[in-house]
Formats: sequence, structure tokens, C-alpha cells
Amino acid sequence: MTQDRIRNFSIIAHIDHGKSTLADRILELTHAVASRDMRAQVLDSMELERERGITIKAQAVRVEWKGHQLNLIDTPGHVDFTYEVSRSLQACEGALLVVDAAQGTQAQTLANAYLAIENELEIVPVVNKIDLPQADPEAAAAEIADLIGDSPDHVLRISAKTGQGVEEVLDAIVERVPPPSGAADAPARALIFDSSYDQYRGVVAFVRVVDGTFSTREPLRAMALGTRFEAEELGFFSPTRSPMRTLEAGEVGYVITGLKDVSRLRVGDTLTSQTRPAAEPLPGYKDVKPMVFAGLFPTDSDDYPELRDALEKLKLNDAALFYEPETSQALGFGFRCGFLGLLHMEIVRERLEREFDLDLLVTAPNVAYRVKPPVGDWVEVHTPADMPNEVEEVEEPYIKASIIVPKEFVGAVMELNNDRRGRFDQLEYLSEERVHLTYELPLAEIVLDYYDQLKSRTRGYASFDYDVTGFRPGKLVRVDVLVAGEPVDALSLVIHRDSAYDRGRLLVERLQKEIPRQQFDVAIQAAIGARVIARETVKARRKDVLAKCYGGDITRKRKLLEQQKAGKKRMKQVGMVEVPQEAFLAVLNLDAEKK
Amino acid sequence: MTRHLYVHLPFCAHRCGYCDFVTVLGRAEQHGAYVDALLAELALERELLAPELETVFLGGGTPTFTEPAALERLLRALPAAQEVTVEANPETLTQELARTLRRLGVNRVSLGVQSFRPHLLATLERVAQPDTVRRAFYHLRDAGFDNISFDLIYGIPGQSAADLEADLGDALELEPEHLSCYELEAKPGTRFTHAHGDELALQADAMESYFELVVEQLTSAGYRWYETANFCRTPGTEDGRDLRSRHNLAYWLGRDYLGLGIGAVSTNEGRRWRNTPRLPAYLAALADRRRPERELEPLPLDVRQRERVMLGLRLDEPLLVDGLGDVLDGAALERLERLGLVDRADATLALTPRGRMLGGGVTADLLA
Repeated sequence: MTQDRIRNFSIIAHIDHGKSTLADRILELTHAVASRDMRAQVLDSMELERERGITIKAQAVRVEWKGHQLNLIDTPGHVDFTYEVSRSLQACEGALLVVDAAQGTQAQTLANAYLAIENELEIVPVVNKIDLPQADPEAAAAEIADLIGDSPDHVLRISAKTGQGVEEVLDAIVERVPPPSGAADAPARALIFDSSYDQYRGVVAFVRVVDGTFSTREPLRAMALGTRFEAEELGFFSPTRSPMRTLEAGEVGYVITGLKDVSRLRVGDTLTSQTRPAAEPLPGYKDVKPMVFAGLFPTDSDDYPELRDALEKLKLNDAALFYEPETSQALGFGFRCGFLGLLHMEIVRERLEREFDLDLLVTAPNVAYRVKPPVGDWVEVHTPADMPNEVEEVEEPYIKASIIVPKEFVGAVMELNNDRRGRFDQLEYLSEERVHLTYELPLAEIVLDYYDQLKSRTRGYASFDYDVTGFRPGKLVRVDVLVAGEPVDALSLVIHRDSAYDRGRLLVERLQKEIPRQQFDVAIQAAIGARVIARETVKARRKDVLAKCYGGDITRKRKLLEQQKAGKKRMKQVGMVEVPQEAFLAVLNLDAEKK
Repeated sequence: MTRHLYVHLPFCAHRCGYCDFVTVLGRAEQHGAYVDALLAELALERELLAPELETVFLGGGTPTFTEPAALERLLRALPAAQEVTVEANPETLTQELARTLRRLGVNRVSLGVQSFRPHLLATLERVAQPDTVRRAFYHLRDAGFDNISFDLIYGIPGQSAADLEADLGDALELEPEHLSCYELEAKPGTRFTHAHGDELALQADAMESYFELVVEQLTSAGYRWYETANFCRTPGTEDGRDLRSRHNLAYWLGRDYLGLGIGAVSTNEGRRWRNTPRLPAYLAALADRRRPERELEPLPLDVRQRERVMLGLRLDEPLLVDGLGDVLDGAALERLERLGLVDRADATLALTPRGRMLGGGVTADLLA
């Protein structure tokens, strides 16, 4: 098909504004999926995505509409996945910007719209859920038009649920979204915007062909990494896999690479032909660095190899995931993992537990720090325990937080942000009722429970998005926890100097409750360097014995002893102290206790 | 060939709330049939017994609640042994019964005292009053018993440290040869736990020192703390007699034993079995001269070794660890030694006094 008959587009929306339902309706209307085969929300293929109502992975589906080939590239819908959204948008010429008629513009609507504008996409504004009783399509249309500098008349009004207006959406895509404009005869270049791993076929790359033509069995090369392979199969999804002999300029589809080593094909790389290679790769994606880090340890240390394999496989589907081996005295062998944000961390953890059947211990998350030691160059630190004792300067990542909230909650939001070392930036009325607040905040202040606090203080009305803006100096100290004199690396935290004493005290109090009594007194201390700032003691047990044991009891007592033994095995050994795994999560809930 | 015989007499007048032994209420009319069944089982297992027995132990239930004629018939029919113990409840121990027991070869009585405080006896649902206990004791002394043991319970809901000290004091005043002191176990599912479980949980911290109190008070009165929960007068004060319970020592030393009666457990040559706890099934089987239904448990070598460690470390005499290396955790051993909980000599292992207080956890640590 010639490029002028092709339209590549994405749907962008705030969570729950109806993106997946609209995608389903489009597939139905174009007969890509018969209604009887329709499983609600076909594109959200992972179980987890359906349960959480969010889309984690981008996928692409090709449909036909009035003689045109439409490629729908799905995008993730959450704050942590800005990077994935940006990759998918780069493969498109247009985007449907969907807004809920009852809720209006939300924080992610803004973030996604700005991303689309940056990528020079044609934006087709859509107000969805006009069938809802509380819908106010005119207000929503005015907001969205204002946001993208368009006329409210240009905004489509639809109900993806009932199908009302969806045909007009398809027409608008054909009319308004420009066709691709790559060089059909140039050396072939395709952008890898996503990938997945098939256990039988290896790495499957999702690509947008920009220039030239790719053919089955053609030897290919990934330009950045230099990986060479043969295209075992080319094709597109409709939404089932449809193999093709070629993929041409402007088209979107998949390439089965046969690669078994997941690290050899990087999302964001450019594919070209080995026989007639392109001179330059396509402009690369923005390389997003993870800013939130946590240690992942198998509960059973025997599972370490399984955890490593699982992370390797997840990494293929999740370019933003970072991991490196970490050894903790307390928790043994595991991985220090970097995430885009807390939700990203939560999803990775759930996938590891659910899809790979792993039992994990996840340490309290922290952010990346930049540290200038007295001697030598700046270094980046991903683990509090790695923070040197002597530092000349420390920098921490800051974010620009964007919060949209009904005006009566402005006070509550400001109070929360002030507690979290926030600096007020701007307040803007989106409508008479709704306010858009922007703040600068240290990322460290939001990684623990900020989002929960924001939601609870605004009765769930606030919507939140953020962008990491860069590193700034902070008065940060490392607080160590010592159990029976031994520092517990997994419990160290880096914290603003002003809250160190409070946090230190709370932490040792919490640990005193979590650590069971042992065969000797156990001191729990919080310290900054050599200075102890808080201390509690877990008193030694005075008796731990099965009272009676005669002929008839022996089997039962032996089994009790075996149970006791098994219980001890589940504990982590810190020096001579047995610490239950829950204790390592004590740092996570400190704020909940304080409030 | 085992030299130790246990006979279970399950009948009781009343089932105490905390009890989880195999007991049967009343049924006086069945006592005779039960003794017949016991003797039939004994006949079936006779070849397991050595020609000369070291110990016979009649436990319950309340053995002394058994119909006197039936009990007498049983005692006459049982093989002789060097130590013959009968468990007794104070309220059942008349002068006459004491004499009968003595006449029939019983030379040791274990008396279920539990407490000398009336309010604690009430909580435990015990029938006996403190004076009933004293009378029973003197009946035994009068009948010539020179080896009497008391069972005491501590950690009873509402028991203060002063109550416990007074109980121990009252017991010591009578100068029994032997004392067994058990912490009350609120076993899940018992009536007692249902009624008192919450209260016990609240008192758990306060009662943590009671075990120490028991050990201190009894050892300073000259008793030997020879097993976790058992104390006996020392040979020096008793003309060189060893007053440890020889029958129970057999369990703790890992010897074989034969158990007769419902719910009774036997261990013989690497196999353990437990008789059905159901009285009708037991009676029916033995009326036909068949073995009762049994739960079998094979004891592979490593299990026997583990039990050897678990039981051996309950005693004050060092455990010979020769051949037990495979089931011991060397690193834990070193750690526990450093903590002063375990004493290691060339080929033996023993717990220190504090190690014995923590014997459960210490043993769990020690086992590989």
C-alpha cells in the first residue's frame, strides 16, 4: 500500500478515560475482531493490565477503514511510563487525545498532550463518555481545545462504550492525520518502538518502517548495538499475527528475530539491512534513566538464578527497567533495580511474583543521588548504604509536580507539599472549579507514600503527574541502623538532615516491635556516622522450651521443633540476630505511623 | 527387646479443661473389660518384652480412678519390674488404696497435685483441695512409699509469682523425692484455651520468669534439675539412691518402650506406633485377640538421631554426640557456644543452665 493510504496513530488519555474501550470499538467497527470473539479490551493482553485497568505495554494493530490502512499503536497510560509513551508517539503521525466528559482534563492529559505536541503529532481531540449522566461534554471540549489551541467545534464527542461517534473518529484519522513521508527507495530503516519475548521464537520487535522495504529472510542489523540476525518472519497484528513477505515504508508491524539473548536488541535502536545498510540511524529515543531504586531479594536464596532469568526476560519488554546484582549482608544475593517510578516498581514486582512465581523481598525505595566525595569526581549512588560517610556535596533529583484538583482542596495540597520540602511554582484555574498547581519537590519526598497521601487528603479528586527536572544540592545525611552493633545495609536511608532524628527514632521503635526476642539482648540503634541518635532494646527471651516430653509426645514435639526450625529459616540472619523479613519493610510505613 | 512398659488407664471422673490426653469419663462397667483388653494386648506383644523389666508405668487418665478390682487384677498380672510407678489423683488416694498399691508391688507414685492454691485448683477444675493433697501424701508415706513425685503446674491464669513461690514452698515442705513442674499449655481447641486463652496471652510476659523461679527455688532446696521439667532429691541426701524417674529416663535416653492401651505409643526397633484412641474399637479388636488399629510411623536413622538430640539435651548429663554429627549444625553450635548457651567437650554436648531455659530454640538451632 502506498504511504498516502497509511495512517499511524496512538490514543492518549488519562487513566480510565476510555482509551482501551475506544481501541476495542475501533477493532470491532473495522471487523478486525468479530464481536463474538471480542474479549473486553483486546489490546491489554496481559492479565495484570486488565486487572489494574491500565496498559503497561504498547502493541500495534492494523485495521482497514475506507481503503486506508490504519495502524493503532497503543500507549501506556500512567505517570511512570512517560518514556514508553514517547517511544510509541515517535512511531506515529497523529494522536487521539481522549478526555472523559465528566472529569475533564487531568494531569496525564496535560503531560501526554505536551508529549504529542513535542513530537509534532496531529492531535485529534475526543471527548468520551458523553452518555454518562454527569457528563459535561461542552466544558470538557472547551478545556481540551484550550489546551491544544484548537476550536471546540473541532473536538469530537463520542461514547466508546455505546459506539456513538466512533465512525467519525475513524474518518477524522483519515482526514486529519498526515500520511507517513519516508523515502520508499532509500536504504531500509525501522524504529524499534517495543518488543516482546516469545519463548519459541525469541525476541519479537515491534517496528515502524520509516524508509525502504524489509523482506522475510533478509539479514538485518540493529545499528546501535551491531546485533546481526535474519528476519525469520515479518508481519502485522490484526489483532492476531498475520505474516507478510515484506514491510514497507510507513508501515507498522513485527519482526521475529530468533534472537534468544534478550540483551542484544535494544528498544529504541534502528533496524537496517545488512546488504544495503542505511548510513545513519534514526534519531534515538530519549534515554530515560531510572530515578527510583529498590533492592529485590528472593525470599528463598535458592531462587536467585530464577530471579535473574526473570529480570532478564522482563527487561526485554521493559526498556526502562534497570538492574544490577547486589549483595546485602542482611538479605544475601539479589538485585538493585531501577524504576521510572513507584507504580513501575509495583508492576515489576507483581509480574515477577505472578508470572515467574517468585517470592520477593523488596526493600524501601530510594532515589538516585549524586555525590561529590572529598577526593575524586562526582559519583551516582543508587543505594543508601553506598553513600560515603564523608561527602563534600550531595545532590538529589527534583521533579516538577503537576497537580489538578478541585479548588477546595488547594489548601490541603499546599500543606502536603510544604511538609515534603516542596517549593510552590504556579497556580492556574483551568475552570471556575478546577485548579492546576505546579510545585518543585525532591523526588525522594514522593517515592514513599506521597501519592496515597495526596489521594486521601483530596478525597481522591487530585490527579498527579511529574517530570524529573534534574539534580539539586540537598542537606542530606545517611542514617544507618545497627542491630546488635552490626549495621544493616538494607535498612540504611538517606534523608534530609532536619528529619533525621524523628525518622531515626521512629525506625528503631518500629524495628523493636518487628524483631522477635532472641537468646540475648539486642540493641537497635540509629546512627549518623558514629553518632547514635536513637536506641531501643529487644530484651532477651527468658524461656523457650517445650514443657513436657514423654513417650507419647515425642513425635509431636519433634514436629513442633521442626516447625520452629522452619520458622527460623524464614528469618534473615543479621550477625547473630534473626530478623523477620517484615522488619525490612519497616522503613516503608514510617509516615503512616507518624500521621 | 524392651525393658520398659507403659500402660494407659484412660478413665477419669471429670475431664479437666486443660487436658488433651486420651481420657474416658466414668464407664465403671467397662473398666474390667478394658483390663482384659490390656492383658490381651500384652499377651500379643509379649515377645517384645525382655524377660526382666526395668520399669512399668501406669499413666492416665486417672489410673487410681479405675475400679479397684480391675486395677488390682491388672497389677497382679503385669510383669514385675525394678520401678513400678502409678499416677494418682489425690482425691482417689484412700489409705486402703495406698496399701493395696504398695502390696501389689508399686514402689513409686506420681501424685497429680498441680497447685496448693484453692483458687488456682478451681481454675484448673481440679477436684482435690490442698488438704486432700496432704492427706493423700501421708497415706502413701504411711503405706511405705519412699518414692513419691508431685506434678505441679505453673502459668495458671491468675497465678501471681507469690502464688507460685507459695506452691513450691508447700510442696517442698512435704519433701517429696521427685517433682515434675509443667508450664500450663493452653492447647488450641481445648475448652480451657477457649475460656482462658486471652487472659493467658496477656499474662505471658509476666509469667516468663516463672520457669526461672521454679528452677531457682527447687535447686536451692537441694533438688537436682535433671530434666527440663523434672527435679529429684540428690543422692547425697538420699543414701545414694538415684531418684530420677527411670521410666521417663528411658524415653529421654532414646530407648525402646512398649505402650499398652488406647492412644498408647510404642517405639521398637526403628518403628513407632500409636494405638487407636477409640475405646470401643480397642475393646472389640482385643476381644477377638486381634491387635488394635494402629498408626504406624517409620523412624529412619536421621529422625532417630534428631530425636536423640532433642531428648538428650533435655537432661543435665552431657549428650554423647558420637555419630550424631550429621544432624548437628556446626555453625549454630559455635554461635550458641559463644552465647554461653551450649557447653561442648570432646565428645559430648550439654546445655548451660540458661541454654536449658531456652532449650526449645537452642535445639531447633542446633539441628541441621
